[in-house]
Amino acid sequence: MRGIGKSFLGVRVLSGIDLEVTAGEVHAVVGENGAGKSTLMKIICGVHPPDDGTVEIDGRPVSFGHPLDAQRSGIAIIYQEFNLLPERTVAENVFLGREPVRRGLVDRAAMEEATARLLDELGEDSFGPRDAVKRLSVAQQQVVEIVKALSVNARLVVMDEPSAALAEHEVELLYELIGRLRERGVAVVYISHRLREVFDLADRVTVLKDGALVTTVPISEVSSDELIRLMVGRDLGTYFPPRSSAIGEARLSLRRAGNHKLHDIDLELRAGEIVGLAGLQGSGRSELAKAIFGAEPFTTGEMTPSRPRSVREGVALGIGLVTEDRKAEGLALRQSVRDNALLVARAVGARSRDGVRDLLERVRLSPPRQEQEVRYLSGGNQQKVVLAKWMTMAPRVLLFDEPTRGVDVGAKAAIHDLMRELADDGMAIMMISSELPELIGMSDRMVVLRDGRIAGTLPAAPSEEAIMRLAAGEVA
Amino acid sequence: MKRTLPILAVLMVLLAAIAIANPHFLEPAGFLAFLKRAAPLVILAAGQYFVIVSGEFDLSVGSLVTAEVVIAARLIDGDGSATWPVIALLIVIGLLVGLVNGVVTTKLRVPSFIVTLGMLLILSGAVFLWTGGAPRGALSEGFRAFGRGGLGPVPWSVLILLAVGAAAIWLMRADFGKTLIATGDNERAAALSGVRVDRAKIIAFMLSGLAAAVAAILLGGFAGVSAQVGQGLEFSAITAVVLGGVVLGGGRGSVLAAMAGAFTLEALFTLLNLYGISGALEFTVQGVIIIAAVAAGAVHLPRMFTPRKGDAHAAS
Repeated sequence: MRGIGKSFLGVRVLSGIDLEVTAGEVHAVVGENGAGKSTLMKIICGVHPPDDGTVEIDGRPVSFGHPLDAQRSGIAIIYQEFNLLPERTVAENVFLGREPVRRGLVDRAAMEEATARLLDELGEDSFGPRDAVKRLSVAQQQVVEIVKALSVNARLVVMDEPSAALAEHEVELLYELIGRLRERGVAVVYISHRLREVFDLADRVTVLKDGALVTTVPISEVSSDELIRLMVGRDLGTYFPPRSSAIGEARLSLRRAGNHKLHDIDLELRAGEIVGLAGLQGSGRSELAKAIFGAEPFTTGEMTPSRPRSVREGVALGIGLVTEDRKAEGLALRQSVRDNALLVARAVGARSRDGVRDLLERVRLSPPRQEQEVRYLSGGNQQKVVLAKWMTMAPRVLLFDEPTRGVDVGAKAAIHDLMRELADDGMAIMMISSELPELIGMSDRMVVLRDGRIAGTLPAAPSEEAIMRLAAGEVA
Repeated sequence: MKRTLPILAVLMVLLAAIAIANPHFLEPAGFLAFLKRAAPLVILAAGQYFVIVSGEFDLSVGSLVTAEVVIAARLIDGDGSATWPVIALLIVIGLLVGLVNGVVTTKLRVPSFIVTLGMLLILSGAVFLWTGGAPRGALSEGFRAFGRGGLGPVPWSVLILLAVGAAAIWLMRADFGKTLIATGDNERAAALSGVRVDRAKIIAFMLSGLAAAVAAILLGGFAGVSAQVGQGLEFSAITAVVLGGVVLGGGRGSVLAAMAGAFTLEALFTLLNLYGISGALEFTVQGVIIIAAVAAGAVHLPRMFTPRKGDAHAAS
């Protein structure tokens, strides 16, 4: 691609981007939210035509009027949210829209055979072509997407935040899959916020900032700090705010608490402390947060000051939950920043309506425009609105489920600072994150879950190995 | 307010067209007559708005209006002293029908489209069974005054309309309205913020039932007693709300725009009438409007969203 530019409604979102991907290469594209990564990907995949510049494949210029054109040229994209039909089988999804036909009927046997062959090539034996997609884990669904890409003989696969929904051990599988793609000579464009993956996987990395190309460099010639500086255009200094020294009294404690997914949870959350909650996907981390909050209440055991049976009771106890998926569970996207920030206060009839402006400044919403609909905000700003929503209630306990997922580096640091600030003000904080470095950097104490039980507790700054040993259940 | 402007502009154009065809329209009496005629539909549209913005539908209001009028005629039967008790009863019935619609929709998780379609059939069947197709009884003068009479030159129905409109706008600015619209936008996020989403929706259905009761009281006096008085009103109300730019599926649009949509629809009917186009075409016109308005919204939206920076995925 050469000199790619694109404007929407007169707003220039990309200009002068050059990108070259060679066969068998893993090429990472990084940049803050709004840097233009998604738009660039959509141009590669034929969703949007470029305003200027050319796209060439094997030296021949091509122009895509439709995503199908790009697909025929051997380009496949795997979106953050998968495009799979949950009720259909794996094979049906792989061949969706181009089912092999025999005598006017869909040739299921051929379809399933081809799918099975591809699964086999990828070394995937945990599920088969006839399984319904809704029964598969997120990681397995990703494999289906990759099989789908291979079945059209894709020579370039674009992956948009492929690890966002995966647990740590599933990311390992993803690495393996990408390795196999590379062996087949497939070029991979890998978009990710997680720098560690970029360093683990990529051969070269292209940095975008504000719709312009910053640089393309071989990964071996750049350090993690340099890459961050290139992305944000400034030095972030120390990545995590300093730990607190003053841990106060217990705000909330659990004794042998449980429900259908959790068992015998003993846990104390104390004022001024950030407790990290680690565990594999499915270990019950989100369930624990929702149980404490009252959304999926505990059915057994004790909780002090009392065990909430509903969200409203949780809110009344001074507990807030910053949910994992802010678009599905955190925000009313078509309402304004102000209306979202006031949602909890209005729901429970609290009188604390003033000071929304101050609050939005305190969470560092930029720009702090109250009337804008939240769907137009970046991921980081959206998360700040969710935070403001809970801060109106001045909660005693705030639970964060993946607070920085899909958030750019700058906003991430702001959210970390804010969490520490709230803890220093005497709030008890529990934080869930699938990104271990973040969890280690933020937590004063780490609790590891496994299969709905507490597998162990670790002091501040444990090693990743120690956490993984507990999470995966190996004997230390 | 910004989103109310397009529909207000359309309304102004239509009113101007009516005024050109019929200069009498510009005199206070002519205009007040228009408002009086439009009042029941505008009130129904306000009620329907609450349900639609919460993400549901209410198809039962038309037959509820018919049932209310028929019940009023039968129970009053010309006896002036029965007027107020019967009005109170009508309001209770309206709220009750809304309560049933809301509870079945939220607690039994039956789609409101089905629940209220069922309620439509139940009510019209019951009316037919009870009256044998020809309503009996008569309304009292006192009852009919709401649809016909007035305070000096200003019809009662216009005053009632103003009160209903003001109350609806106030409700949407209050906590109830803000949490209701958030519920329609993202029910799960609202519930996880402590909003009692079922309760909010049930209240929305009850407001729609209440609006149907009020509309029935006005229509009873204005149009008289028949088994067809409320026919098709549910669709007119939904058309009006959609015309006002309120999104089916919930979470977006203002009640003022919904009411302006109802005025616009009524103005359109008036205009068609003036130009001697058959009233039978009204349904056809509504059909075209409802499809066109929803299609315009669907075509329009993606183009507006994608270019924004950041969350391109939300739009795609």
